[in-house]
Amino acid sequence: MPSFSRYAGIYAALIRYSLIHEMQFKVNFLLWIVVEALWFGLQLAFMTVLYGHTDQIAGWSRWEVVLLVGCNQFIQQLFHTLFVTNLSNLSELIRKGTLDLLLLQPVNTRFLISVKKFEIGNIINALMGLVVIVYSLAQLGRVPTLAQWLGFAVVCLAGLSVHYSLMFLLACISFWTVRAQGIVWGYYNLFNIARLPAEAFPRGAYRAVFTWVLPMLLVSNVPAKLLAQRLASPWEWLALLGMAVACFVVSELFWRFSLRHYTSASA
Amino acid sequence: MTPVTHNPLPTTPSTHLWSKYGHVLSMGIQNTLVYRTNFLFRAAFGLVPLAATLFLWEAIYADKPAGAAIGAYTLAQMVSYYLLVTVVDSITAVAEDDWQIAADIKDGAVSQFLLKPLDFLAYRLCLYLSGRVIYTSVALIPVAFFLFFQREYLVGPAESLGWVLALLSVLMAGLLQFFIAYTVALLSFWVLDVSTFIFIQFAFEFLASGHLFPLDILPDGLHRLLLWSPYPYLLYFPVGVYLGRIQGAELWQGFALQLAWVVVAFLIARFVWSRGLRKYTAVGG
Repeated sequence: MPSFSRYAGIYAALIRYSLIHEMQFKVNFLLWIVVEALWFGLQLAFMTVLYGHTDQIAGWSRWEVVLLVGCNQFIQQLFHTLFVTNLSNLSELIRKGTLDLLLLQPVNTRFLISVKKFEIGNIINALMGLVVIVYSLAQLGRVPTLAQWLGFAVVCLAGLSVHYSLMFLLACISFWTVRAQGIVWGYYNLFNIARLPAEAFPRGAYRAVFTWVLPMLLVSNVPAKLLAQRLASPWEWLALLGMAVACFVVSELFWRFSLRHYTSASA
Repeated sequence: MTPVTHNPLPTTPSTHLWSKYGHVLSMGIQNTLVYRTNFLFRAAFGLVPLAATLFLWEAIYADKPAGAAIGAYTLAQMVSYYLLVTVVDSITAVAEDDWQIAADIKDGAVSQFLLKPLDFLAYRLCLYLSGRVIYTSVALIPVAFFLFFQREYLVGPAESLGWVLALLSVLMAGLLQFFIAYTVALLSFWVLDVSTFIFIQFAFEFLASGHLFPLDILPDGLHRLLLWSPYPYLLYFPVGVYLGRIQGAELWQGFALQLAWVVVAFLIARFVWSRGLRKYTAVGG
């Protein structure tokens, strides 16, 4: 596939460029890792405080919830590494008219918008999530098989794809509103619920919406359950894979629709 | 204390001061109105994690016998606590102020304040207040909608003195919140990108202010230690005063500490500003 190797080459060049850019501001680079680590610590502290007052939440033991928070951190930080900066930037591209330049490049525009900047620092934070995953698995006395780790990788990719598609969808709203910071900021609030056990939510509108419309209660829950060997049925991971595909298709359709509404801001 | 570089015209009649900063206030309100949709999204999206937290607590209480308490909170009291945190946070939280102050320094906009008879801190405080007026009015729509569904948990202070004390502590919480954000933003005089500092500060604030959970469910020693820090006086204290959970000697000690932190934060803000100006090289001019 020449097209695949061409895109891989472009991506490698973008990563190299991001690295060079990042290393110009070394202190800032390290501080961002500290910021993300602090917020991760905050989530773990919150769970520790809760489990100081209870043994289980909706059937989840303490180390199962820590595993969940770790999985959520892992996926979220990979999402940051690859996409968040780029998607947050879309409204600026539209406002300043820089998008024109990207539209004229002989490369898929969505690809360029999505992966332009690669945040290497967040990989460190993703690894911290992985460390917490491994540690909590040890505390639970669970040793996943190779097949389970592979399954974990697949559902993590699906979760990543859900985050990406949904945030891309939200970012596209800036084709109409121009100022979309509020919308992108709102996405961070959605992140928050992904690290909570889905069973804690009563069956009702809230849980249904965050499972079948904005599947935040699947993206981290399914990988954590898979590793903790507490998936009730294969339908759970099939639901995540299905929603990942659905979200991507919807976001692609909305992107094409939005582009038709694009009127350049620059001359 | 290092003398401040310029005072808000001590010789000017106070009526003149009022009209000057009153003007800034109304200008701020007009400018912030542009952000109203942004604010609406912000307030509405903010309710998603709030609802999630409440569900989480309900799940925890569901495994306990009916009427059981965690710390000193029954489920109803726990829900009231979070509802009040949301209300106080809507009234006092800084929205864009810290980023704007940092930008003012970065792009050289503070230069004009060195030439004009206008105090930068007072100017930013007016803009913060006008921002809060707009934000609170906009947030009122989704928050009131949410509170309506949880109205059984929403209780008011028993006596009118409770209202007065609660309002007083919210007012001081707002000032403290502003001075902290202002000081962190002033670090822009020294560093290229202040956002990391804003987020680090916010992480501590999120935990120690009682935003995440009421501080008195922590082990007693930790809870008492935290009460000496400025953070509980941003949310935990005003909410506790409103709910009547903080009473007697604790109440007056709390007010004394809140006032002390407001004054200290103000003095630090002034000090950092004067130090910052020595470092300042007007970019753009």
